[in-house]
Amino acid sequence: MKNVSCCGPQTKDTSDNLPCCTKQEAPEIGFIPSIVSRVSAEWTWMDYLGQIRCRVSSFRNSYTVKPGLYAAGNPDKNSDVFVSANYKMSFDILRRALKDINAWILVLDTKGINVWCAAGKGTFGTDELIKRIDASQLEKTVSHKRIIAPQLGAPGIAAHIVQQKTGFRISYGPIDARDIRRYVEAGYKATEDMRRVKFTVWDRLVLTPMELLPALKGYVLYALLIFFIISLKPSGIIFKDGLANGLPFFFLGFLAVLSGALVTPLLLPFVPFRSFAVKGWIIGLFFTFLGIKNITIATPTTAFYVFSWLFFPLASSYIALQFTGSTVFTGMSGVKKELRFAMPVYISTAIISFGLLVLFKLNQWGLL
Amino acid sequence: MGASVKYLANVTSLKFFSDTCTGCGRCVEVCPHAVFIIVSGKKAALSDKDRCMECGACARNCAFGAIAVNAGVGCASAIINGMVTGGEPSCGCSDAQNACC
Repeated sequence: MKNVSCCGPQTKDTSDNLPCCTKQEAPEIGFIPSIVSRVSAEWTWMDYLGQIRCRVSSFRNSYTVKPGLYAAGNPDKNSDVFVSANYKMSFDILRRALKDINAWILVLDTKGINVWCAAGKGTFGTDELIKRIDASQLEKTVSHKRIIAPQLGAPGIAAHIVQQKTGFRISYGPIDARDIRRYVEAGYKATEDMRRVKFTVWDRLVLTPMELLPALKGYVLYALLIFFIISLKPSGIIFKDGLANGLPFFFLGFLAVLSGALVTPLLLPFVPFRSFAVKGWIIGLFFTFLGIKNITIATPTTAFYVFSWLFFPLASSYIALQFTGSTVFTGMSGVKKELRFAMPVYISTAIISFGLLVLFKLNQWGLL
Repeated sequence: MGASVKYLANVTSLKFFSDTCTGCGRCVEVCPHAVFIIVSGKKAALSDKDRCMECGACARNCAFGAIAVNAGVGCASAIINGMVTGGEPSCGCSDAQNACC
């Protein structure tokens, strides 16, 4: 047995063209001790760093472990088998939760995606689980027929079909890996509370960097466009003016990003109405109000105010609506319903806003 | 606190057919929002349908075909993606091709 931090030894059916794997020798399948890597329950600083990088960047897209069977502690034929995804953060959270528990971990090939998302996609799925059980010769490794799959993997796994095909009976473990010990000690019974997915303010906070990043990318485009439009003069492009006159637009736009990508997600349960578009709009209105109160506007025209009150709250609304993809309770039918109403509003607002900007310019030039 | 947030009411595509239910309790086990309960140890019942997020866990794990739901992602950008490309709603975030190992 070996200690392997990122990737276990290779199996035949996975790609092997990546640097972190190329140095591993390919062991033969079927000889149990050689295909199992032992893992520690402890996290190194690299594991912590990896988790942070996943939370703030696209690093998450290539943070994987090798699919296959792993040993946590010193498992034997009677030890439990836990199923996980090959997203390293999922795997790390499980192995940490198995501290002082001797168990097997069966890692499915979910293309580096976490359990819940992969289950929705079907990669954390019935077929893959059956294939992994066969490939790892689980029936020779353990003498029992029990598998503990994460509850959030259930959208991808038909437990009864896995049992039909392999003989292994799936019990769904608790949602939070930290409850695993209590679940096992209670005789593989999860309390009602362990079965409910939580969405605390901390859960929401760690998700906001990945809301802010794409929103800020959009913001840069918006700021460049505004800068260009504001700089346009009948006599040519004067960038000095673009910076000074564009300031209220930059400021209010930045507030809209904060409002939609950070404040609305954080205050989610406390903002009235259930629609994310409406929640984002309300917080956006508030921030637009704060912004307009606190900035000196060189040319306070009607066109500017109409533009601001129309555009910025709706920008916040649009950004907030994106958070539906990160929450634990929004369903497809609901989001579709929101979009049917919201998309026409967003599109027409974008067009009207552009028209207002033109009006604003014409006003500035004294042509109106 | 978090668990008490509710999304839009009366939109879920979740359907439960009591006739074929055997009361095995799998749906209660898999649902992350406690949409199902077992009534007097006999059959499942919907306790709070509006909490359903259409993840599809219950329908997939019901061996008796007593549950149907149009499962999918409740994600605006995925659904907009689907509208633009004309395909199924799909998260760009889980389409990583460069899976290590």
